[in-house]
Amino acid sequence: MTGSPLAAEIKPTVSGAPWRERAEEALIPPLVALLVALICGDLLILSYGQSPAAVYRLLLEGTWGNAYGFGQVLYKATTLAFTGLAVSYGLRAGLFNIGAESQLAAGGFAAALTGLALPVGTPLILALPICMIAAGLAGGAVGSVPAYLKTRFGAHEVIVTIMLNFIVLALLNWFIAGHLHVPETLHTPEIHAGVLPRLADIDSRFHGSAANLALIVAALVAIAVWFYLFRARGGYELRAVGLQPQAAEYGGISVGRVWMRALTFSGVIAGMGGINYVLGYKHYYEDGFASGAGFMGIAVALVGRNHPFGVLIAAFFFATLSQGGLAIHAFVPKQMMDVLQGVVILAVAMAVPEVRRVLRSARRRADA
Amino acid sequence: MNPISFLTQMIRIAIPYLFAASGGVVAERAGIVSLTLEGFMLSGAFAAVLGTNYSGSPWVGVLTGMLGGLIFALIHAVATIRYRADQVVVGVAINLLAIGVTRFFLKLFFASSSNSPRVAGFGGNIKAAGFDNPLLWLGLLVAPVMAFVIYRTPFGLRVRAAGEHPDAAESVGVSVKRVRYAAVALSGILAGLGGVYLALDQHQFTDQMTAGRGFIAISAVIFGRWDPMKAAAACLLFAAAETLQIQLQGSNAIASQFIEMIPYVLTIIALAGVVGRAVPPAALGKVED
Repeated sequence: MTGSPLAAEIKPTVSGAPWRERAEEALIPPLVALLVALICGDLLILSYGQSPAAVYRLLLEGTWGNAYGFGQVLYKATTLAFTGLAVSYGLRAGLFNIGAESQLAAGGFAAALTGLALPVGTPLILALPICMIAAGLAGGAVGSVPAYLKTRFGAHEVIVTIMLNFIVLALLNWFIAGHLHVPETLHTPEIHAGVLPRLADIDSRFHGSAANLALIVAALVAIAVWFYLFRARGGYELRAVGLQPQAAEYGGISVGRVWMRALTFSGVIAGMGGINYVLGYKHYYEDGFASGAGFMGIAVALVGRNHPFGVLIAAFFFATLSQGGLAIHAFVPKQMMDVLQGVVILAVAMAVPEVRRVLRSARRRADA
Repeated sequence: MNPISFLTQMIRIAIPYLFAASGGVVAERAGIVSLTLEGFMLSGAFAAVLGTNYSGSPWVGVLTGMLGGLIFALIHAVATIRYRADQVVVGVAINLLAIGVTRFFLKLFFASSSNSPRVAGFGGNIKAAGFDNPLLWLGLLVAPVMAFVIYRTPFGLRVRAAGEHPDAAESVGVSVKRVRYAAVALSGILAGLGGVYLALDQHQFTDQMTAGRGFIAISAVIFGRWDPMKAAAACLLFAAAETLQIQLQGSNAIASQFIEMIPYVLTIIALAGVVGRAVPPAALGKVED
């Protein structure tokens, strides 16, 4: 199949190491952000009169250096992986789901109610899928509201998901505070079935850390999302809509239906994240458990460059920052990590378009 | 329920919304998404307490508070205008950054992770019910002033042009970038003043003290269809709901959570266009490449 002049013309742009260009565009922004964050971290540490090198060493020892700290990082990374996957899934379709916070909370709430409703002694092999389906349905129900309003009325999903966060969290607060709580607390009774084994049950060195089997579930969800996005027809349609909705519509894809599915399923993924806290850690739903995890999901999706496996790495990174704050607290206030999280997001957001422009103009000059 | 006390309480609650929503209207009319109001308010509140604490004068606090909002607004402007970063992402980052920075400096300056020491404020005469506070009167004036600026001044015309037809504005010699920088800076100062009022009214800074007020302000902007006076009316409406919730407390007539939802539900209804669509400025959030 050679000889066509057209094929010869197209060839250079197709074979010209596009993976390298894509890798550069994907990896440079997070690296720039890391560098900026390190410098900001240095300044903050110095403002507290401490030595940056000593504090960073302490941070690494407290997170990756011992099994307990590492387990805590894995636990925090699990929830962030779910919310990060949820946000990135929506972004692949060109939609910004800022509602992961309330979808996660609704999912955890549904998982807890299901775990309470199941009879004592239900085997995990049965209870886990049932609780996960309930969590996913609840998250998906929340996600379907902006999806419907977007496709039916053109209401912008960013505003609707933000507003819905407040509405859903107030509703859950009403359920818990008014009806379902254990007296003197803001949480439900403990679930009867669906308790996930912890890592410490398998390897005693993790003793005390909250890391649990939800970690494996998160990895499996990431693989499933990757397969759907890059190997299935529906995922192809979703990405096509995300890149250029008009062109996708012209190519015979129903943009509205893709939007509807993408935002709803984004909510399903975020909702399933509720199992990490409810089934894996506390075994009950507590008001406010999801606080901050939804917004951090945006950061995770951004730094993970919207790729399911990149999201896993980014979740691990942000979980390290969060746990690292506790490790250094004796020397520098852990609030430093709140600053650095913001700095990382800001730096990546600014670096992504800038790096793309710089690389493209450099290539254009190289071609000329 | 005493109507006078209801009205005065409603106005006191509305003031931070009025400041922040006016800021939101200006930035969004210039085409820049204002999810950052929460962060501007929080940094304004903290900077006001810092300035008041070290000078002893709330007027210095007003200046430092405006500066606090302005600094975060400039970060926002540089990221979205100079670097053309996604405005929603930057908005999220600015809000997280404001929480982080105020927490860190709360620890650094006041050695506390929850609140600052008590600082001076304005007024304080019980009989005046808060109306001896000059910031309150400023807050009542800000919406009409912004309406005048947006509809009756050359700057306002440029702001609206930048938000509706940036290309057309450029073609007649208006620097869209400069107009947007000015509009975002103004929104930072105004939202910062909302934070100043909040902090000086409570005589201290507490961690995350804005508690979602910036998002109520953005709701008011949308519900008020990006018009300063209508947004101000929305602020008063949302404040009235909140006042009702406070005054009904203990009566169990209606759960407070459902009154909390009112601004957000109304905003979604307005966006969905059940009673007349809320249509944003044409170039809002769009980045030209």
